[in-house]
Amino acid sequence: MWLCNSSVGRKVVMSVTGLALVLFLTFHACMNVVAIFSEEGYNMICEFLGSNWYAVAGTAALGALVVIHFVFALILTFQNRKARGQNRYAVTDKPEKVEWASQNMFVLGVIICLGLCLHLYNFWWNMMAAELFHIQGLAHSPADGYAWIAEVFSCPVYFVLYLVWFCAIWFHLTHGIWSGLQTLGLSGKTWFPRIKCISQIWSTLVILMFVAVAVFFFVKSLCCPEAACYSL
Amino acid sequence: MAKNISFTIRYWKQNGPKDAGHFDEREMHDIPDDTSFLEMLDILNEQLIEDGQEPFTFDHDCREGICGMCSLYINGTPHGKTERGATTCQLYMRRFNDGDVITVEPWRSAAFPVIKDCMVDRSAFDKIQAAGGYTTIRTGQAQDANAILIPKEDADEAMDCATCIGCGACVAACKNGSAMLFVSSKVSQLALLPQGKPEAAKRAKAMIAKMDELGFGNCTNTRACEAVCPKNESIANIARLNREYLKAKLAD
Repeated sequence: MWLCNSSVGRKVVMSVTGLALVLFLTFHACMNVVAIFSEEGYNMICEFLGSNWYAVAGTAALGALVVIHFVFALILTFQNRKARGQNRYAVTDKPEKVEWASQNMFVLGVIICLGLCLHLYNFWWNMMAAELFHIQGLAHSPADGYAWIAEVFSCPVYFVLYLVWFCAIWFHLTHGIWSGLQTLGLSGKTWFPRIKCISQIWSTLVILMFVAVAVFFFVKSLCCPEAACYSL
Repeated sequence: MAKNISFTIRYWKQNGPKDAGHFDEREMHDIPDDTSFLEMLDILNEQLIEDGQEPFTFDHDCREGICGMCSLYINGTPHGKTERGATTCQLYMRRFNDGDVITVEPWRSAAFPVIKDCMVDRSAFDKIQAAGGYTTIRTGQAQDANAILIPKEDADEAMDCATCIGCGACVAACKNGSAMLFVSSKVSQLALLPQGKPEAAKRAKAMIAKMDELGFGNCTNTRACEAVCPKNESIANIARLNREYLKAKLAD
């Protein structure tokens, strides 16, 4: 199968799974900002996406995308290190137009995966998993997404960890979006500066939405300090 | 005004692909700064021979920037920091300062094994080219220039792609050892012209397959290749190659 056997094919798999995850992130970010404006609105979304079959199927599909993206990243990184050869350069000088993110996508990916584990523990486990596996005795109802956000971001340690995570995702996206489109051949002399600009704006907007929610709830917890660090 | 500079040169010595290799060092004194880098290496070799030592081996041929033979990784950059996009032979000592330490390494890539010192085997590029970088159509005698109409922009762009001299700086600079800039330029120079279109699908597939088989890495769009290309090839070529390849595979 050329998607596995050829270098361009493997990159197409990275590109398609990556771009699909970008669409998911965009959807996720839009959903999150609702929490800033309306507690009821956000909890309605949480209830709608609870443990219904379509939400579970969607989560499974997303999980599959992440796994495929990560496994192919491992394969590509391994092959690329092999292609580089045994000897490393004694002196290297990075040209200006080479962006830091583009050369550190794998490291950023690992950080993102670690952050994802924390995120699943903080939210998915208490919300979707709690409903699916009928977990009892949690601090809040699984559908009370607003309370879960308020609780997690009231804790300064989580707040900082999430900011670091958002930073890593931002770097990953600034390269990932245009690189994915380039791999699909949707670039050229005219379109290259455009898709670079679009990916910069898109990734910044998405991450700013996530950051806004985190900052909003952290500041809110400082103003009404009764919300303690339950999870730690 | 020309002046003379003195510096230390650290150059890579390696006896064949299996040897571990190491750096040798030599102080160079009073080298005129209008000497070209390769002429400076000639001076180094004359000194080494006079001292009864083995000369330093490196590739070179036309020494006017068009053959693509020279291939030195100088102070962390393929072909060194030349005054414009140019190859090692067009690098001059005026780009260096008195007292510098100049480090010279070979192209380091698994697909380019070291033959000796800084001379590497780049026949992998010839093999990729032989896999499909041509047209098999019998063209007969030279035709009238207006028999096939080609827009000026297309002709210019195809010419820009064809200026790739296959020096391998793209592979040397790429952290993935990928040859995509070379392959994409060679595919593009034909894909942009009507004469190349009939075999475009076959060509893209054959050249990519050969590139993968020879152990070049997967492109991750870091753009290090286009930053160092002496002929200013663009990664727009890589997008075109991806397009050609995808079209070919989806039509299978």
